[in-house]
Amino acid sequence: MFYRQAGIHHTTYRGDRALFAIPFERWQIGVLLAFALVVPAVVSSLYMKSYVLPWLIWSAAALGLNLILGWAGQFHFGYAAIMGIGAYTAVHATLNRIPFEIAIVLGGVMATLIGCAFAITALRVRGLYLALSTLALQFVMDWVINKVPAVSGGTQATIQAPSMRLLGNEITSDAGLYYVALVWCILVTVFMLNLRRTGLGRALVAVREKDFAAAVIGVNSFYYKLVAFAMSSFIGGVSGAILVFCFYHAVTPEQFAVNVSIQVLAMVIVGGLGSIIGCYFGVAFILLLPGIVANLIFAAAQALDLKIGIELLAHIPALLYGVLIIGFLLFEPLGLAKIYSNLRNYFIFWPFGYAKK
Amino acid sequence: MDWALFLELAINGALAGLMYSLVALGIVLIYKSSSVPNLAQGALAMLGAYVVLAVFEGLKLPILVALPVAMAAMFGIGMGIERVALRRLAGRPLVMILMMTLALEIFLRAAALTTWGGTNRVLPLPISSDPLFIGPILINRSYVAGGALALLLFGFFVLFFRTRMGIVLRAISDDYTASWSVGISVERGVAVSWAMSAVVATLAGALWGSIQGVDQSLSSLLLMGIAVAVLGGLDSIGGAVLAGILLGIIQGVASGYLDRLVGGGSRELVVAATLVLTILIRPHGLFGREDIQRI
Repeated sequence: MFYRQAGIHHTTYRGDRALFAIPFERWQIGVLLAFALVVPAVVSSLYMKSYVLPWLIWSAAALGLNLILGWAGQFHFGYAAIMGIGAYTAVHATLNRIPFEIAIVLGGVMATLIGCAFAITALRVRGLYLALSTLALQFVMDWVINKVPAVSGGTQATIQAPSMRLLGNEITSDAGLYYVALVWCILVTVFMLNLRRTGLGRALVAVREKDFAAAVIGVNSFYYKLVAFAMSSFIGGVSGAILVFCFYHAVTPEQFAVNVSIQVLAMVIVGGLGSIIGCYFGVAFILLLPGIVANLIFAAAQALDLKIGIELLAHIPALLYGVLIIGFLLFEPLGLAKIYSNLRNYFIFWPFGYAKK
Repeated sequence: MDWALFLELAINGALAGLMYSLVALGIVLIYKSSSVPNLAQGALAMLGAYVVLAVFEGLKLPILVALPVAMAAMFGIGMGIERVALRRLAGRPLVMILMMTLALEIFLRAAALTTWGGTNRVLPLPISSDPLFIGPILINRSYVAGGALALLLFGFFVLFFRTRMGIVLRAISDDYTASWSVGISVERGVAVSWAMSAVVATLAGALWGSIQGVDQSLSSLLLMGIAVAVLGGLDSIGGAVLAGILLGIIQGVASGYLDRLVGGGSRELVVAATLVLTILIRPHGLFGREDIQRI
């Protein structure tokens, strides 16, 4: 009923390849976008700052990782390091009086250059060994960021990010920061949506399925692996920079340590490999759910007058985070995206479920 | 060049390296039988140390009795982890399996935090902390004990892989289908290898715990363990021991000299760099099988 397909006939290839095959989805996206625009007016400032804003930025970052993991099929266990490089580059650039717009691109370019160094290991090995070498490179980058005073500003140091100046206007209001994050998130999403439909995206998928089979049909697998690393690193670098400027307002090495890499990976896998909407779901799940459930448990404990140790309560989110990932891998390995598509398929046929093949 | 210092760094490094190979042995055992790269081995070691402490403090047993009891408990826990978490993932893409072991690590660390708290606790193994002097060279007694134990375990595994169960495990690591067809229960074999690896992890955790105290940071032994396992070849027990010695010497000497230049903490860098270089130059390690895929 909602996803009405009657009367929709694709008579051209262009129509068949359209972004939204069903008009209802175009409306859906439109409504969502309109809602996203009025969020600062509707949602309380605290919730927007602490939930919606990080959700958008992490979604953009997760989309970048999904590009390399879900589309090109290359393991990347050092994604947080890439984000960190972007963040540090952008902060240092703005501190040296480079305009914010250029600084953020510089952050992306720097992340791309170093991300391509990660890709050199992809030239030599694949699978497990690629995963381990990117993990090791994450440790190397952590160490470099931590120990080189020119980057981190000394051991255990925090560098304050200067306030954001976009096109000459200083942006300090919460709503302004939210719109910056929203625009970046939409840009990345549109890019990823269209990537699927281009020759480049199809080449990446060919490389994912079997790299030498791709080589046989004329897809230069190493070139496309390099391109995938470069693109995802650029997205990661800029996302890292925006994360620091819009959310953290200061940059420290711990924000981009190895456990963050694993967290982004968990977001992508819980969301569903190779799915765009899955990234949004996955980020919401991994980033927000443990905290919300811990709050609920806390509230329930107070209501029932149970004594839960403060230490126990503090570690419930971490425990839930582990349980969530394990649960998803065991019971729904295709992630939240699969649940969404099951739901969508149900509603496409609803109320004529019996007509489904 | 100060030779006494160099020798001291090298010998202590080699002994510490042998203790890293205790962690690596666990990774190799699991990888050999089921091709699962266990990134939760560090967390298993941490859990092992905590279980030893729990038995020691909870049941008031002497530490040398508590250790075998904890090993038996960890045998069961290892089997349980395989049964609950890993068996359903057999045949799934590698990224799922890697993520599962990482999630196990996160879960075990958080579980240890909620159960036992985050304070660093003392695990009193009966090893004297007096320094051992050989000529001008100072050697840490705990490292000697750990190194000896690693060599002992290596000897045990050499013999074990000649017993009936060991041959079954070797068959499983060769070919699942062929093992099934001659009536070997592959599932049980894989479970046994997880259990043994959990037992080895308990020993590693107890030894490292007696040196640096028991807390969540024990799970960061993983990086060392992985580096040693890859350097030695992911499916070679002997390789793990030799690579442990080698990496220990490299790490001890290099960080001994580098720390003065960069102000400490170069250990991780040396280990991570060794891991990357191994993968770039010789992905199958020193003694691993060469059929590991390369591009």
